[in-house]
Amino acid sequence: MSLNKPEISRGIDGLLLWLYILLCCIGIVSIFAATYREGDDIVKTFLSFKTDYSKQSIFFLISIVAGTAVLLTDSKFFTATANLWYAFGILLLLLVFPFHSNVKGTKSIIKFGNALQLQPIQLCIVFANLALAKYLSRVETDFTKTRSQLVAAAIVIAPAILAIAQSETGLALVYFSFFLVMFREGLPAIILIIGFSFAILVVATLLVDPDILALILTGIAGLAIYIMRRQIKRYKSVLFGILGIWIVCVGIQRFAVPFIFDHVLEPYQVKRIYDTLGKDYIPKDAAAAADIAKNTETKKDDGDYNVKQSKIAIGSGGLTGKGLLKGTQTRYSFVPEQRTDFIFCTIGEGFGFVGSMIFLSIYIALLFRIVTIAERQRSTFSRCYAYGVASVLFFHIAINLCMTMGLAPVIGIPLPFVSYGGLSLVTFSMMIFILLRLDKDRQMVLR
Amino acid sequence: MPVFNQSRQTVIRLIFATTFLIIVVRLAVLQLFSDKYDAQAFSNAVYKKTIYPGRGIIFDRNNKAILNNTIIYDLTVTPYEVKQVDTSYLCSLLSIDTAEFKNRIITAIIKNGRYRPSVFEGLLSLELQAKLEENIWRFPGFTLVERPIRTYPFKAGAHLLGDIGEVDTAIIRRSKNFYQMGDYVGRSGMEQYYESVLMGQRGVQHLIKDNKNRIQGPWENEKYDTSAKAGRNLRTYIDIELQQLAEKLMANKVGSIVAIDPKTGGILTMVSGPVIDPNDLTGNTRQKNYAKLALDVSAPLMNRATRGLYEPGSTFKPVGGLVALDLGVINAGYGVSCAGAYYGCGKVIKCEHHNPGHAANMRLALANSCNSYFSQIYRMTVDNPKDHNTKAGYTRWKDYMNAFGWGEKLGIDLPNELPGSIPDTTIYNKVYRNQWNSCTNVTLGIGQDKMQVTPVQLANAMCVIANKGYYYTPHFVEKIDNETPADSILKPFRIKHEALTHISDEAYEAIHAGMQDVVESGTARIAKIPGINICAKTGTAEKYTVLDGHRIKLPNNSMFVCFAPREDPKIAIAVAVENAGFGSTWAAPIASLLIEQYLTDSIRSEKKKDVERIASANLMPAYLKRKQFIADSTRAYYYFNLRKDSSYIKKYLKQRSAKVEKPKQDNTTVSSNKNTAVDNKQQQSAIIKQQIPVPVSYKSYGNSRNRNLCFYKEAFLFVDDKHFKKQAAI
Repeated sequence: MSLNKPEISRGIDGLLLWLYILLCCIGIVSIFAATYREGDDIVKTFLSFKTDYSKQSIFFLISIVAGTAVLLTDSKFFTATANLWYAFGILLLLLVFPFHSNVKGTKSIIKFGNALQLQPIQLCIVFANLALAKYLSRVETDFTKTRSQLVAAAIVIAPAILAIAQSETGLALVYFSFFLVMFREGLPAIILIIGFSFAILVVATLLVDPDILALILTGIAGLAIYIMRRQIKRYKSVLFGILGIWIVCVGIQRFAVPFIFDHVLEPYQVKRIYDTLGKDYIPKDAAAAADIAKNTETKKDDGDYNVKQSKIAIGSGGLTGKGLLKGTQTRYSFVPEQRTDFIFCTIGEGFGFVGSMIFLSIYIALLFRIVTIAERQRSTFSRCYAYGVASVLFFHIAINLCMTMGLAPVIGIPLPFVSYGGLSLVTFSMMIFILLRLDKDRQMVLR
Repeated sequence: MPVFNQSRQTVIRLIFATTFLIIVVRLAVLQLFSDKYDAQAFSNAVYKKTIYPGRGIIFDRNNKAILNNTIIYDLTVTPYEVKQVDTSYLCSLLSIDTAEFKNRIITAIIKNGRYRPSVFEGLLSLELQAKLEENIWRFPGFTLVERPIRTYPFKAGAHLLGDIGEVDTAIIRRSKNFYQMGDYVGRSGMEQYYESVLMGQRGVQHLIKDNKNRIQGPWENEKYDTSAKAGRNLRTYIDIELQQLAEKLMANKVGSIVAIDPKTGGILTMVSGPVIDPNDLTGNTRQKNYAKLALDVSAPLMNRATRGLYEPGSTFKPVGGLVALDLGVINAGYGVSCAGAYYGCGKVIKCEHHNPGHAANMRLALANSCNSYFSQIYRMTVDNPKDHNTKAGYTRWKDYMNAFGWGEKLGIDLPNELPGSIPDTTIYNKVYRNQWNSCTNVTLGIGQDKMQVTPVQLANAMCVIANKGYYYTPHFVEKIDNETPADSILKPFRIKHEALTHISDEAYEAIHAGMQDVVESGTARIAKIPGINICAKTGTAEKYTVLDGHRIKLPNNSMFVCFAPREDPKIAIAVAVENAGFGSTWAAPIASLLIEQYLTDSIRSEKKKDVERIASANLMPAYLKRKQFIADSTRAYYYFNLRKDSSYIKKYLKQRSAKVEKPKQDNTTVSSNKNTAVDNKQQQSAIIKQQIPVPVSYKSYGNSRNRNLCFYKEAFLFVDDKHFKKQAAI
């Protein structure tokens, strides 16, 4: 750390900053490649503020300015106001219910005039992250206690429930990524394993015939009893434990999942999940069929079609790609939503496997860098916050990429820093800049 | 406390890394190990547009273009651009109503989708096109698209040139998907035969389209595009002025004229009557005229020159004489004493002449067309002592016929040629149960019995005689512009068939002399042209047809064959005029005029009135009207049966209505009074049903031919005979 550097840049993690700027630039170029029309004057359109890439550049500049402001604040400001921000976020989320505007397919957007849109659920990710870090870093919090774990879980799940109420299932799932932070702070690994196993069980329920799955589960239970027969001899409770797990598993696959699919989720969402898994969903009644028809027609983003075109776009890129502005799939709008959720198609088609690998390595470098930064913090608050940033980014990246390649259902999650969208860019930028500010004072212990 | 969990950062890093690894593997599978996506992206975005070249042009022997290309306009519509169109004005221009307008738009959307143009009204007339062009700005979404069609400046040669039309699925399948829906190909005549030459080479343009199929521009800077190559022109032997004259002479007659240059086998003229104007079958008038012509029982669309089967009659005699001379069964001085008929076989074969000595030798027999003489020499040919039996003799005779090009396809450059018929022994064996001799088919000697030839075969036989033994397969095309060795299409026409050169010159001279006498002093004196030695033979073949269940005799077919000049043959002609009477009355003067026109390039002024006389003569056989009536009423009945729509059948019913008995009508009125709800149309169809008893066995008729016969029977029920009797009296 050279003392000659100006105050603002002293102690700032250069690598993280440059990775961030690089990703934002890739984003602008990708949006440019996806939306540029033959014959447009590039300079003119960039300055016109009317094209998407022009708007994205403006939002990038706004993010930089706002980020600089964040860097100029005191790091204690965040610890001091974390809960306040969280309360503000929840308030915004509640305000959405009476004031949300009529945007198709979602009830989570508040419109100010024609130009400005606000989706509080996106902003709230930052606030939840701060609040969680604040709670975990409290001196009086003993995270080994179940009560503390439940409070921490409540902090992150509360906005998620509100999000589901606003028909934003995809963004609600993002909040579950905070469990990684809690895992780092001592949440028993078994909870993660159970969560993961549960996910596998649900997927298996959808893929495998119920009777066969029940047989498999019974087989696994029997195998476990055989392997653990010594322990069972000594402690009868182990046997009951295994049997209990078996009953729960069969119960889930037999009753819980069908119940959720039939009564909790909307038929079109069920269809999307089935589409992703490559199975045909047969609507159980006319109302369900009508709901599917309505949602696929009005939203005009039939998940199946999107994914198919997206796979064609990425697949046709080959090893080295077709080159910038040469991709036929992305240039001629075969992929819907390609400047937002399906922006990775542009990169995959234009730059091929090589380009995609470079792009992915930038992301993985960013994530690993954030983890490294997190581990060098003296204060728990900063560390938790940093892990929160890493988890949220990781979840977005993984789900979005899987989505475009047909590995995950299309749930409308943007690719951080790259997807078109002013609010999402500003939100992610703020997360990074707050992290940079906290990292600047990594030697301090913040409470 | 936090230090306690420090190891967990490794777990988190591992989770990150594993997830990214899965993504990378998936990416590799998509981008590196599956190639279907590339093809899918290509077919998604690249539109291969076919560029059609101009078709080749066909020239006559004097380098006049017999047919040409011109441009006509289609009105096309792109449904999605149709906004604020002055619909009522457009409808009034096209004289359609708004319901029809909507209908056509919907059809266009179904056919080609919303974003691509489809034909709204095809082949606009010049007047309509001019009106639309002026007002096209009022109709956004509508454009005028040019489409090349053929025109025929000489209004001649419809049958030989053929026409072009859209491909059907059968053609596409046969071409192994070379042609695509909407392509135009030659559907008949030379257009079909020389399709590969005339069509040229299609070009391909690659265009980028977007997700709504809108064209965005060229793909890859036109790197993969190929340009269209225009079709090559054909240079033919056709003499278009001769063709025009021949068609004029053939007007309102059923029959055919074929004129060949014997030296080259080049066809100078080919006419099939009834004559049609090729311009009727192009452009916007095609639809209307084609239907009319196709339903005409005189079959104006059939090319009788290659598909019309005629008994050659007396025109066979030179050929029969040649065969007998070559086999040595007679010599040129051989004669018979004919007293007006041939009695050698029990059944009497009448002869036109009975003065003694009219068949004293070959020359006289030919000039006087003596039936006795040629019946006799036919029997001598077949009962040749050199052969073991009659059948062997007959087979030898048949080989001669085949050498003349009869009984087999000649292989001329038109599609769908018929082989004619020279039956072989198996057919006679079958018909006569092996019990037959030279008397059984003795009329073969005078060109009747089961012998049938096409006019082109007849003209070809004349070429053989004129050339003293050799011929070239008759053909139209002399050469193709820019011909390359790869063009094998003309090869068969350049082979000299020395089929009968083994016959001695003396034999040919004897036949030539006899044929010249036909014109000088025989049956065809009318064909004589001063200064030109014409060798010819008239023919008159008896015709019968079955009409209303009766076999009736029709007027004879008038046949005529000739070549001229005798010393250096330049033209060989075969003329057949159906049901016109003697060969010398109609066919001979037609041939004579053609020879005069061809050899002297003009027609003497005293003969010009002959041209007008023949051209204005209407020799359409009377029985055709009757047949037309039967066909039309049968079709009307069939349609009525199919649709229960009486509008077509009504006019045929009028003539019968007088005969319908009263009580039947009363019955229907009583029943309709009971059922007041029955609407008018149903009543009508009920009445008609009562008038036309549907045969019980109607459904049991399997194939369509039998069914047609059944309809014929039905049709007779409501046709009065007066109509036909009037025609027959003419």
